[in-house]
Order: sequence, then structure tokens, then C-alpha cells
Amino acid sequence: MKKIDRSAKVRTGFHQAKWDEPVIFELSQPGERGVLVNRAHPEVAAAVPGLDAIPAFLRRAEAPALPEISQPRVLRHYARLAQETLGADVNIEIGQGTCTVKYSPKVNDQLANLPQMREMHPLQDESTCQGIMEIMYRTGEYMCEISGMDRFTFQPGGGSQGILAMASLVYSYFKARGEEAQRNEIITTIYSHPSDAAAPHVKGFKIVYLHPDADGYPDYEALKAAVSERTAAFFVANPEDTGVYNKNVLQFTRLVHEAGGLCAYDQANANGLLGVTRAREAGFDMCFFNLHKTFSTPHGCGGPACGAVGCTAALEAFLPAPLIRFDGTTYRYDYGNAANPNGIGKIREFNGVAPVILKAYAWIRSLGPEGLYQVAKTAVLNNNYLFKKLMELPCVDAPYIPGRQRVEQCRYTLETLYRETGVGTADVQRRMMDFGLHYWTSHHPYYVPEPMTLEPTETPSKADIDEYIETLKYVFDEAYRDPDKFKHAPYQSVCHRLDESNMDDPDQWAVTWRCYLKKFR
Amino acid sequence: MKTVGLIVNPIAGLGGRVGLKGTDGVADEALRRGAVPAAADRAAAALRELLPLRDSLLILCPAGEMGEALCSRLGFTCKVVSGCSVPSSAADTAAAARAMGGAELLLFAGGDGTARDIAAAGWTKPSVGIPAGVKIHSPVYAVRPEAAGRLALRYLTGRCAGTREAEVVDIDEDAYRAGRVSTSLYGCLTVPDDRDLLQHGKAPSPASERSLQRAIAEEMRERMKPGVNYLIGPGTTTKTLMELLGLPNTLLGVDLIRDGALVQADLSEADILRSMAGHETHLILTPTGGQGSLLGRGNQQLSAAVLRGVGTQRLHILATQEKLFALSGRPLLVDTGDNEVDRAFSGYARVIVGYHEEQMIRISGESKNDP
Repeated sequence: MKKIDRSAKVRTGFHQAKWDEPVIFELSQPGERGVLVNRAHPEVAAAVPGLDAIPAFLRRAEAPALPEISQPRVLRHYARLAQETLGADVNIEIGQGTCTVKYSPKVNDQLANLPQMREMHPLQDESTCQGIMEIMYRTGEYMCEISGMDRFTFQPGGGSQGILAMASLVYSYFKARGEEAQRNEIITTIYSHPSDAAAPHVKGFKIVYLHPDADGYPDYEALKAAVSERTAAFFVANPEDTGVYNKNVLQFTRLVHEAGGLCAYDQANANGLLGVTRAREAGFDMCFFNLHKTFSTPHGCGGPACGAVGCTAALEAFLPAPLIRFDGTTYRYDYGNAANPNGIGKIREFNGVAPVILKAYAWIRSLGPEGLYQVAKTAVLNNNYLFKKLMELPCVDAPYIPGRQRVEQCRYTLETLYRETGVGTADVQRRMMDFGLHYWTSHHPYYVPEPMTLEPTETPSKADIDEYIETLKYVFDEAYRDPDKFKHAPYQSVCHRLDESNMDDPDQWAVTWRCYLKKFR
Repeated sequence: MKTVGLIVNPIAGLGGRVGLKGTDGVADEALRRGAVPAAADRAAAALRELLPLRDSLLILCPAGEMGEALCSRLGFTCKVVSGCSVPSSAADTAAAARAMGGAELLLFAGGDGTARDIAAAGWTKPSVGIPAGVKIHSPVYAVRPEAAGRLALRYLTGRCAGTREAEVVDIDEDAYRAGRVSTSLYGCLTVPDDRDLLQHGKAPSPASERSLQRAIAEEMRERMKPGVNYLIGPGTTTKTLMELLGLPNTLLGVDLIRDGALVQADLSEADILRSMAGHETHLILTPTGGQGSLLGRGNQQLSAAVLRGVGTQRLHILATQEKLFALSGRPLLVDTGDNEVDRAFSGYARVIVGYHEEQMIRISGESKNDP
């Protein structure tokens, strides 16, 4: 068998698929159709009232402005667009720090695509869906074991919705105690995910941020100054985006509890902690996991996902309905919480995205407890191999706890590279596309200057990680040799560098075709 | 044909290269120690970015080393509008800025002192600083000389049409050489609104600084109570609050408002103490950019006596996240000259950074921080 030589490692010959593909509205030809439907048989037409059945006030006066286009052209259009991506199946996914993009076994997709799953409807009678209800119930039990919580809901459709569910639990808890007006502050940290502030803000809470101390841990003295009778809860990730694990987190949760507040753990990415630490023992009252991150379901491009929220028994009565109960023989939906006047009600319809929960269940079952622990160990090992190699480069640094390892990811700084070459992290990001690799900077706002956030997960082999490192080294060397090269990069991607100077100008935005026509045609 | 102004401070940066932490008043000493002028090279790096426009650009500049020589070297058409002493001085910079009326954009190479001179000369049209000085704390400067040129190119070709006000700050070099940081606000300049290319503005947030300041002002307005005195300190963030309230503002002074109306503008310490008699008085401050001075720099009318009267519970601090992040973990500084007051205002404070958003920031009475 021919062995692929990866010794060169840097794919200088890469070129992204590139199509000169217009917006689908521009492909529209009046009268062109994808499907021509036969006229109804006269007997059918006579029996069905047709449009006349719709009240006049509900009928469109004009036809919708949809593109008119044949099926083959639609297929070509979307197949081409699909090729103009750097998805998880075509690049070494190390450069999506905090996103935990790992290999999602295709067999789990096949399971979710089985007719028995695909053709189910959430409004089916319970007696006809005992199988998926059992899977949901057991997945919830696994989540409880992994986190130490007492009950999980899979209703939130993503991470931010999971955080919103936690903020809603906090609100419900204090509402039941008549303290919802007084307890109106959520404390979080600069390095926790921005949604840990944004989602509670949406729920109506005021947000108080803590900065890191000199070691990169949340500043405990600042927390002491921040907690008060107004504190509703502390929302935090650990490790935060820096990859630094706060080993004193119990001290933080104790302080918040002493002030009467609750503690919520953002475990969207728990990849380095499976089988190592649990939210319960760290003093948290609730937590959430992104099944599309740690549990490999996979990411849904903003589509179907799951932010599984767990809480202690003290908060269970506020969870959204329904919950699944098991009496030893039968699984049933329990809508009792819907009657709780202080409950959070619905976060989303039904009981979560069933195929996603099925995939997480299959992934957990395929690994078992020891396998999950091995995932964490491998992810941490991969990250610290990458960390050690990159820290040997003079233009790379990482803030905080020098010489000590990170957990499953790390936020580096390319400040030296930028100072010495004028090439910043955003330039490196664009250039990495020329080698077919993702690269991520940071959430906004940038606290670490010229940030670079990488997270290998347990997926890549040593050869994969080495290729990523060699490509970064190639790009950094190029920054010193030929910084002008970065001005227009990427060159081998779908398009060259775009002018982003008006990105924050709403007058320049056109987020729909109609808006584009209105503003620019 | 587009018209651009160019001012090069030829002695900018001299002091830093020989460890003098600035060039104000010590240019001769710097040269004696072996400093080599480099401001022209940095200005050239910026100007090269404008070469695509060379044939459609007229550059207004002072004579000789302050601009004319550089334009000639790079083949730009220029018109000399003012003189250049030997050695050049702040007066030359100010005179040049006043003579640039026909320019739609001013490029200037220097440090914070140069920006101060241009702001003091009354230049109000857009400008971009080319970093060439020792002290670059004012966000009117681009992150690098080439970035200044690129930003000018974007502005002149209509790819960055928006502008915003940016603060001109400077530190007292004598105090700095003695190991003490003393930063003050000296005015504002209008800059093209490109957050990738300007100092302290590098992608800190997807929202514009203007919208963040507006959110801060909205939060503060919501907190204001009737019948209470509010002293409004200097700065662009506090200025946004005054704009939101529809009131005139003294950018570099302290104004007093009550019940949504201006009671008195630009108060002295004596005015403030008089106004406080019998009135609950709150103080609204924003730290000076760069070093994060909160009290004791550029707002000395807020004396120890005033601060005793206000008390720590009636102090409201407003700042954009961008300004706080630029501190890189350093505390906000209080240096009123009264140790007891400095101690009272030290510790952790809540800083309003948005609507219903605060950050816990340490305030220190110890001003000997590494800048």
C-alpha cells in the first residue's frame, strides 16, 4: 500500500474549491420551475376548496419574491457553496479554540438517520416512543453522573439557550422566595464565554464582571467586593478561555452561597474534565453541557444542537416541562413543572432535539466511563504537547502561570509577532486558510492582545498536530520574511482579503436580499 | 485632487532611544547621548502607503525636515505653508496646523506632545497620528506607521468614511523620569473610525466606541436622582452623558448639573465647595486613557476637600471596556496629595461599562506604577 509522505507537512499546494457563484436570487429566471405539479383530477379539484378556503385577509395580494429556478441549478448552486467551506471533515480542527470541534463518528449520524428515528414525531403517543424516551432518560442519568447534578433537561437548543435556562432557573428560585426584585445581579468573569453575561442580561439581570488576577484566575478579592444582598448568582467557566484551571473554585462558590446567591457552571466545553472533576463537588447548583461540543453530536452550524442543563434537586421543580419519569416499566412525560407558577416554563418546544440526544447517548455508550476519562486525558495531553511546541517559538507567548500546563485549550498572544512584523492575529487567521486550516483569535472583546486560541481535542494524531504546528511556523516565518504578503491573504481561498472597515456600520449592512436591493440597487 | 496636511516632528522619539523617557526639553541632551532622528523614516513608512494616490494628491506641509523634504524624497506634490525653525519647536507644529485649512485630513508624525500641540492649535478636521514619539498613549495614533498610511488611504478613498473623537493625553515627562506616572487629558482630535488600525482600539469589541459610550451614558442617566448635585468630570465618556442630557460640556473641566439642567460650567475648587453646601453631591468621572488616572491628574479642582464631601459611595466611574483593558490589569490611580483621601478611595470599585453592565476594577493610591 502506498504510504502518504507527510514529512513536508505544510500544504503549500492547497487550494480551496472556488466557484464564481452568485446569490440564488440572481440566478432566478421568471417562469423557471423546479417541480411542475400536475393539475388535480377534476374530482379532487371539486372536492377541495383550494385557495378559497383561506380567508381573504390571510391571502397574499402578490406572489412571494422567491427565486424561480430549476432543480438541477438549485443542486449545483448549493453543492458549490458546500465546497466553499473549511468544515470539520476537510481540515485538521485544532484552530477552533473553545468550540471543541472533534471527530463525530459517522455511525452515530447513521443511527440518527434510521427510519425509526427520522420518522418519529414529538407529538406521538408516549406508548409509541418508549425507545427514544428511554435513551433520553438514560442520557440524563449519565449527565447526572458526569456532573453530580440531580436532574437534567435537554430542552435548550444550544449553549446560549442553556445559559438562558440557567439564568431563568436563578430567577425562578428567587421569585419563589419573593426576592427576584432584590437579587438582580449576576457576577461573571472577563474570560468566561460572553453568553454567560449576555443570556442573563436578556433575562433582565445586571452584569458585574471580574477581571483576572496576576495568575489569570478570577480575582477573588474582586469577588469579595462584588457579592452583596443583590447577588443572584455567579456564572463562570472553569477552565476559562485561557485554559487556566481555577483550583480554588470551591472558595468562590462558598463565598457566593454565604451571600445567598446561586452558582452556575458553564461547562459548554467539559472536554478536559470528563471523569476528573464534577460541578457538584465544586459547589455549583447547576451546570450545562453542549452536547455538540464535549459529546460529539456534532456542531450544527447554528442548527440543531443541545445545551443540556442540569441542576440540584432543590431547583428541579423550576426546570422546563416535560421531564421524563420512569416507574420501573414505563417511561412517561411529566408536565408537573408546567403548573409551577414560579417555574421557567418552556425554553423551547417539546423535549429537545431527539437525534442529537441519541448521538450523545451512542457516543457515551461506545466509550464507557473509562473511555470518557481517556477522552479528557488525551485532549489535555494533545493540548499540552501543542502548548509546549508553540511556546518554544519566540513570537508566541501565553499569559499567566508561566511554565505550567493548561487544560484542554490555550489562549496565546502574538503580540511579539505583531510588534516586530506588523502582522497580527487576524492576518495569521486569513493566511492559515491558504493551507486549508482553521484558526481562531478570541471572543470579543479582546483582553489578551493579538489573541490566538487553539484547542486540539482528543481527535488529532501527533502527525496532525505536528502539521498544524509546522504550518503555523511557516506562517510566522513568512511574517518576518515578507509581511506584505499578509495584506491581501488569503490567496488560495474563496476570496482575497475583504475590506472590513465598515463592519460596525449598520448603514452598510444588508442581511437580507430585500435589504440589499433597498440599500444598494 | 485631494489635499492632505503633513507635519513631521523631526525630534520626536529622540529621548526614548537614549533612555530619557521623552523628548520634551531634552532634545539636545538626547542628540549629545547619540540619539539618531528616526521620525522622518517612520513618516516615510506611512506616506509610502499613499503612493497609489500620488498623482492625485497635494500635500500641505511645513518647510524642510517638518515635511517638505520627505514629500520631495517620495515624489509627492507639496505646498509649503509654514516655516521650520532649527531646531524645530512646538510653536512650529502649532503654526503649521493653523496653516492647513485647505487639507481634508492631517497626518502628523510625533508623540503625545505633538498631538497636544495640534489639538491646542484648534485643528478640528480628521487627523491620523504616525507613531514616532517616545510616549504614545493617545488613541489618535495608529498602531504602526504603515497602519497610519493605510488608514489615511482608506479615508481618502472613501472606504472608511466615519469619524469619531479620540482623546489626546500626555504624561508629565519630568514626573515620569522621576518614576511617577502623571497622565492628563489635553483635548480631542477627530480620527477616522477604524478600530483595527488605531491605538487602544484594536478589535476590543464589535460595537463602536460611540455606541458603547452611549450605552454607558444611558445607564448613568437612569441612575440619576432628582434634586441631587452631579459633578461631571473631564473626558469624552462623560461628554457623551452630557450630550445625552442635551447639555453643553466642558471637555477639560468640571461641570455641575442638577435635575437635568446645567447649574454651572467649568467650576473651580472653590465653586465646587460652595455648590456642595447643603446639597447631596455625586461625582461622575472617567479615567484618563493610557495610565488610567482617576483623580489628581487634569481634575485637580476635585481636591481632597471636595472628595471628602462627596464620599466614596457617591462616586460613579464610567469607562469603556477598551479603556479598562488597555490598563492590562493595572489599577486606576488616585493621587490627590492627601494620603487619607487616597486610602479612602482605594480598593475595588464598580465601573459602569455598559447598560446594566459593570466591571470590578481596583483603585490604588500608589501612583508609582510601571507604565
